[in-house]
Amino acid sequence: MKNGNNGKPLKVVGKPFRKVDARAKCTGQTRFADDITLPRMLYAKLLRSHVPHALIKSIDVSKALALPGVVAVITGKDLPIAYGILPVSQDEHALCIDKVRFIGDPVAAIAAIDEDTAFAAMDLIAVEYQRLKTISTIEEGLHIEEPRIHEYGDSGNVHKKVSLEFGDMDEGFAAADHIREDFFFYEGNTHLPIEQHAALAHYDADEKLTLWSSTQTPHYVHRALAKVLELAPTHVRIIATPNGGGFGGKSDPFNHEVAVAKLAMITGRPVKITLTREEVFYCHRGRHPVLMSIKTGVKKDGAITAMHFRSFLDGGAYGSYGVASTFYTGALQTVTYTVPRYKFEGARLFTNKPPCGPKRGHGTPQPRFALEVQIDKIADDLGLDPAKMRRNNLAAAHSVTANYLRLGTIGLGECIDKIVAASDWQNKFKKLPYGKGIGIACSSYLCGAGLPIYWNSMPHSGVQLRLDRQGGVCVMCGSTDIGQGSDSVLAYIVAEVLGIDPFDIRVITADTDLTPVDLGSYSSRVTLMTGNAALQAAERARELLTVAVAEKLQAPIENISFAERRVFDVENPEVGVTFAEAVVLAESKFGTIGTVGSYSPPRSPGKFKGAGVGPSPAYSYSAAIAEVDVDADTGITTVERIWIGHDIGRSINPALVMGQVEGGVYMGLGEVLMEEMVYRGNRNVVHKFPSMLEYKSPTTMEMCEVKTFLIEDPDPNGPFGAKEVGQGPLLPVMPAVVNAIYDAVGVRVDEVPATPEKVLAALRAKAQGKEGRYGPQGVPATNWPEPLKVLPPAEGGDGREMPREAVHLRD
Amino acid sequence: MMRLPKFTYRVPKTIADAVQMKADCGDESMFVAGGTDLYPNMKRRQQTPQTVISVMRLAELHSISGDAEKGITIGASVLLTEVCDNPTIHHSHKVVAEAAHTISTPLLRNMGTIGGNLLLDTRCNYYDQNYEWRKGINFCLKKDGEVCWVAPGSAKCWAVQSSDLVPVMVALGAQLKFVSTQGERVVEAAELYNDDGINYLHKSPDEMLTEIYLPPMKGKRAVYKKLRRRGAFDFPVLGVAAMVEVASDGTIATARIVLGGVAPAPIEVTDAEAALVGQAFSQATIEAAAEACYIKARPLDNTDFVMGWRKQMARPFARRALVELQSAL
Repeated sequence: MKNGNNGKPLKVVGKPFRKVDARAKCTGQTRFADDITLPRMLYAKLLRSHVPHALIKSIDVSKALALPGVVAVITGKDLPIAYGILPVSQDEHALCIDKVRFIGDPVAAIAAIDEDTAFAAMDLIAVEYQRLKTISTIEEGLHIEEPRIHEYGDSGNVHKKVSLEFGDMDEGFAAADHIREDFFFYEGNTHLPIEQHAALAHYDADEKLTLWSSTQTPHYVHRALAKVLELAPTHVRIIATPNGGGFGGKSDPFNHEVAVAKLAMITGRPVKITLTREEVFYCHRGRHPVLMSIKTGVKKDGAITAMHFRSFLDGGAYGSYGVASTFYTGALQTVTYTVPRYKFEGARLFTNKPPCGPKRGHGTPQPRFALEVQIDKIADDLGLDPAKMRRNNLAAAHSVTANYLRLGTIGLGECIDKIVAASDWQNKFKKLPYGKGIGIACSSYLCGAGLPIYWNSMPHSGVQLRLDRQGGVCVMCGSTDIGQGSDSVLAYIVAEVLGIDPFDIRVITADTDLTPVDLGSYSSRVTLMTGNAALQAAERARELLTVAVAEKLQAPIENISFAERRVFDVENPEVGVTFAEAVVLAESKFGTIGTVGSYSPPRSPGKFKGAGVGPSPAYSYSAAIAEVDVDADTGITTVERIWIGHDIGRSINPALVMGQVEGGVYMGLGEVLMEEMVYRGNRNVVHKFPSMLEYKSPTTMEMCEVKTFLIEDPDPNGPFGAKEVGQGPLLPVMPAVVNAIYDAVGVRVDEVPATPEKVLAALRAKAQGKEGRYGPQGVPATNWPEPLKVLPPAEGGDGREMPREAVHLRD
Repeated sequence: MMRLPKFTYRVPKTIADAVQMKADCGDESMFVAGGTDLYPNMKRRQQTPQTVISVMRLAELHSISGDAEKGITIGASVLLTEVCDNPTIHHSHKVVAEAAHTISTPLLRNMGTIGGNLLLDTRCNYYDQNYEWRKGINFCLKKDGEVCWVAPGSAKCWAVQSSDLVPVMVALGAQLKFVSTQGERVVEAAELYNDDGINYLHKSPDEMLTEIYLPPMKGKRAVYKKLRRRGAFDFPVLGVAAMVEVASDGTIATARIVLGGVAPAPIEVTDAEAALVGQAFSQATIEAAAEACYIKARPLDNTDFVMGWRKQMARPFARRALVELQSAL
């Protein structure tokens, strides 16, 4: 009965049930963090730095404190302990102590009887700054050593440099018939959840702290708050409220969460904060701007012999997930097409801008864009059809890549076949009239990070199941529903195993007092990991009920089946008991029925330093074809249609899967056509437009037709074979659109977003006889560290760093 | 976004009461119609009136009268949705309905009025930011500061005329009626707007716009082309309103080409008009007019899109407007 698949027809899994929280959301009953009010509640505001880089010489809060209605004001010295999402980057303070690093960095927090008073008090706080030179670009981050934004990091303003090499690169490139080197730039963009972050803290008479927050990662917030507030973790309770969109932007412990908790402790009153939209832009943690070079050697048929990839990440002012993001820009190049030799060098720079972090696709959309556009160029060079060339060079299922990622099922070939047929690719590619074009791209994504953020050997997800004598089933899990439907997935899986209706089940999630730990809603981990934990807990409960019912019915245990809210003998289906009676029998026999399930991912075959980023229990695959209209007079691109195939393993709920696919396409259109998180470097590095009007993200008017194909090839590691869908389908959209622009008008835009002025500039360059291209001309010269060398598994490597002598022997 | 500051809200029932209230309250008061422009500005503390006088209960301001022969009179408080959908306007001045339809979103057109749109505050990426952001750049010339960050050497504010209806009204020769305690006056739309982002209207603050008169088209044709990033929400970052009257011999008798969204005021491109008048429509005359628009459009870096590209877009957008007028012959 591996992964719940026992050969029996599925009653719940694979069916388009509504979400368990759909009615509450649609009728406005769902209570988001900002909807919660408590008696005597105070309102908080954060005073943020209006200078991008400065030492704090003094802060005078006396006038603010004197304002009637202000109850408390705190500054950095009240919260001296640093925190950060990664153990290697504990570089944030809730309120800056002696230095501000970007416009928006908070320096003081005010609690007042209402928001207007708190706002008025902000103007009464006097902060004296001593300005420092700013670092605002990748190049400046690489080359300006002083002043340093942080006192840690590899050097100057270089946060992290990594270098990994898998196999002899010279030999790999020597084996190639054709080598290309291309340069790409991917501009930063942000998550833009409709719900702004909000948090409410309450410190009760028993000195226990409760924080309600719109977070994707209550477990990590729990750890950070206990540390920063110096409270016993047992006295801290985090409740993740329903998220009005997350997309990765609510995955860090945030300064406003710490600030309201501290203010609640000081005042003894509940304290709430709801960020303004502008402040959400300052929280950011979004897509890193990445400058890339990619050098790839191929045989005449497009088979890759070697790839050397370099990335430069503009990290913003803090570490956040940045070290992981850096590794991710080099991790997944190897999982779609076979890459026998691979080298990756990456650098993340600190700059005086809001910190970048994980946004849907975390660190992989940028390299995927570069890779898929380059593959398109290679196909063009070789005179091959880019769809066929990709199809012919797919990575092998159940293999281990050169960089030690263990692949499971790969449904990418079927994805390509479906969209090629549906889009009439053969009759369109290179055959549409000028201005119309079609382009293809593929991608892959993790189904959960193989390693936790802090080192431990405990499960990544836990589920507790409680069955009561009325027949009620309660699922408790730390996972957080950010709109993706994870609460529903828990109900569907438990309902499937226990033969009951998913809407009979009560789901309690994301409350650190009530639910076992789940690491959080990031890295597309929840369906696979929480799903497996739920499956285990449900199967354990079913075993208890089976034993009790078999005894009652005097039927063999293997005959006992669960369906339609009944437990019965399959050979005499009329002989059985209701599900509630079955629970009574089990409770009479065993006592209170509660079971647990947990999930730990398989060990990764990579043992080298840096092998922790990339491994996953399974990989989802996607392929997309975009059809575009490019107006050659203006450069304006309209995406008319997207055909997308997604290898989901198995749909737990196809309606929710389709929703995620279409949502990914929508977000992808925004990234490729218009979204830019940009700053005015010559005006204090101020964010150009921290508003939903001027930060351009598509409206429904820009959404194209989407035809989705789900490929179901169950993966042995997924619950019922399920893989992820939350992030993967975003990835092929950007390169597919840019490749389609090339097919339409014959110019390359090697940048995201591919805005009209870039398309037009490339068209004009081409008309003047220059290269019909817009994009970076190169990457900065950099002193890379000596690479850590690992022999690929296909060449007998064991996943460990090669000893130095062996390296020399090979030379 | 911050919350609205406290203010007194007054709701007069007659025009006479409204202008008297304004006179009584003085400089610390403002008229408001739909509020889709003023209230966000108040939240950002760009404007901070102590008293806000609504014109939405003035019955006279809600009427649409006239016909294609006599011309149309539209009350200033007529909702933009009504402008889009009204059969009389559609029949006689379709371009006005079409331009109104490009404004923002259906929800905002249900609140916003034609009068409010014609008096829309000028817009700028350094100005349409909330209080804390503006404080971060030490404010700007238009509000609380001393430097125009778009053109730091400039003595003038470069905030942009951002109404879709303004260039159309100028092209059509619309007349606007203002009322104050001093009496009434009627001005040509072209005379109302001033090429300064701060003092962008030739109008005293106590004058209330009451109605808009659209003269009969009488064989004239007009179109409006709008450049914006997205198909909804966005203000124009270039608007081309073009009106021509073609004589029976096929030559263009009169022409008016007006650019919006590229300067503090609508720009009438007289060189484009000169290139057209007396000529028949041809590719050459259209190109000459489009070139004149390109030369005259001098956008700065204070809206969406790269300014150089916005300037370049004047040519194809003008061309397309004129080709549409030609093909409508």
